[in-house]
Amino acid sequence: MLVLSIVCLLAAVAAGAAVGPVAISPGRILSDVAARLPLLETGTRLSERDAAILWQLRMPRVLLATLVGAMLAASGAAYQGVFRNPLADPYLLGAASGAALGATLVIALGPGTGGMVPPAAFAGALLGVGLAYLLGRSAGGGSGAVTLILAGVAVASFLTALQTFVQQRDQDTFRGVYRWVLGGLATSGWRDVRLILPYVVVSSVVLLLHRRLLDVMSVGDSEAGSLGVPARRVRLWVIAAATLGTAAAVAAGGLIGFVGIIVPHSVRLVAGSSYRLVLPLSLVFGAAFLVLADLLARTVLSPAELPLGVVTAFFGAPFFAVLLRSGVRSR
Amino acid sequence: MGAPSKVRRVTLLVTLALIAGGCSEPPSTSQSGESFPVTIEAGNNPVRVPRRPERIVSLSPTATEILFAIGAGPQVVAVDEASSYPVEAPRTELSGYTPNIEALASYRPDLVVYSSDPGELRDALNTLGTPALLQPAAERLEDAYRQIAQLGTATGRRAESSRLVESMKERIAAITESAAEPESSYYHELDEGYYTATSKTFIGEVYGLLGLKNIADAAGTGYVQLSGEFIVQANPDLIFLADARCCGQSAATVAARPGWDQIDAVEKGAVFPLDDDIASRWGPRTVDFLQAIAESLEPGRP
Repeated sequence: MLVLSIVCLLAAVAAGAAVGPVAISPGRILSDVAARLPLLETGTRLSERDAAILWQLRMPRVLLATLVGAMLAASGAAYQGVFRNPLADPYLLGAASGAALGATLVIALGPGTGGMVPPAAFAGALLGVGLAYLLGRSAGGGSGAVTLILAGVAVASFLTALQTFVQQRDQDTFRGVYRWVLGGLATSGWRDVRLILPYVVVSSVVLLLHRRLLDVMSVGDSEAGSLGVPARRVRLWVIAAATLGTAAAVAAGGLIGFVGIIVPHSVRLVAGSSYRLVLPLSLVFGAAFLVLADLLARTVLSPAELPLGVVTAFFGAPFFAVLLRSGVRSR
Repeated sequence: MGAPSKVRRVTLLVTLALIAGGCSEPPSTSQSGESFPVTIEAGNNPVRVPRRPERIVSLSPTATEILFAIGAGPQVVAVDEASSYPVEAPRTELSGYTPNIEALASYRPDLVVYSSDPGELRDALNTLGTPALLQPAAERLEDAYRQIAQLGTATGRRAESSRLVESMKERIAAITESAAEPESSYYHELDEGYYTATSKTFIGEVYGLLGLKNIADAAGTGYVQLSGEFIVQANPDLIFLADARCCGQSAATVAARPGWDQIDAVEKGAVFPLDDDIASRWGPRTVDFLQAIAESLEPGRP
């Protein structure tokens, strides 16, 4: 299963590299790669402009889509696990609204802000989840998971209100914020890849290390405790890792919806509900899904762009519906 | 239907006509010899201005520029926060995007000009009995001329508005005649997300006057978001940045974008920051916008 998913991802990446608003045939791409490999040096290189399009614009975008897709899907799966709530997703807990507030503040407050949006969104997402966690803990009592989700909803509403307030005060921010909210990788480059790669690696490793413990936690906190699993500590680690991943993804791509819900559930329908499979498969299929979605975003209206968040919703939701139908029937 | 009732009805109509005539205000005359009330045919909604407005509120930066250009400045009591030109315009905290009807009403306006209505601004103003003139973003130069004429009529400055339109047309003709027609291609950037205007927009039409070719036309009409790959491949000869002031874009930031060093305009230094406001309003300063583009084509410039 894992091998199959990786083949899928490689195919998606290859398609992503070969197709774009500017036609560069796969043959010429391979030839260019061959010419660039040390020792080999047998192919013909692309023209400088085509090479720039392929290596500086298209490839970083494809790689960024794999990282963002992997993170959103894996974080979604992880949140669903720790909260034992199938509807939990990376945008829960104030991550998205915090990120949006951070981005809006930077867009509103100063000129020359392009490069500042990702770090601000990142800080905002961490702030959002941090507040939700502190509020949830201080509220205490009740079941940890439910309290935390409720705290997340409260924090998210508050941060969204703040964001709207800033936006209303500064009308110039409208388009920048709007574009960001629709999500997309239209202007990404290697810099963005380098920016989020470390967070993606750390987050993925932590999540993968906890995949077995998530299975144990699915039986409930006290039962998990009796089996020797410190539910509270696991929850803290998983939430921290998923939030770090979400923040990185949001910082690089804006708000891209549905990936964190649709991919993990699709994986469950196909591979069962054990997190030992769900987490790694969500990582890989999330990456493949977003690469293909971005491929469509780049090409459907070519040479114009379609916002990536629109594509993930437009194609993700029906795809999920089909899978849901066939999955239910086969049981 | 019998004859008596017909007679009665005619009598009634005549009486009504007499009453109506007697009741309506006598046509007032302004200093410039223009008479009120006037009715402005703004789209589907005719706007009736009963007397020469002396307390105009403008929620549209373009309308503000026009009002001052046609000499109606003294009649303007408040303009919205985005109306940055001219400096003597009475700027307030009023918002043209999310107008607050009470804040607006506190200026006791006798004419409100606005460019978009997100809510029920017009209905609210109608309830207050205040004429509200909607002047949406122009799609063609003709729209701009028509809006100038409308404001001339609405403010009793018809002669000034015609003079303004004439002088704009003359200056535009002079610029387009003296400018070389280079058949160059261009990219006009609205924001860092590669949003741009095609030829089928007000902005695109201005460039078209100089014979420039828009790379965005391959992507459709109106305002579109281009793919970065496409911009690099289209290789425009000229790049104009209408996001210089708002968003800090410059020749240097453009050159630093991935792959953009392959664009001729970047290589030759033909990247021109524009005044964001001049490049986004459809008023008298459109001529300055055209002038700025024409100057970038002059020999000696890259």
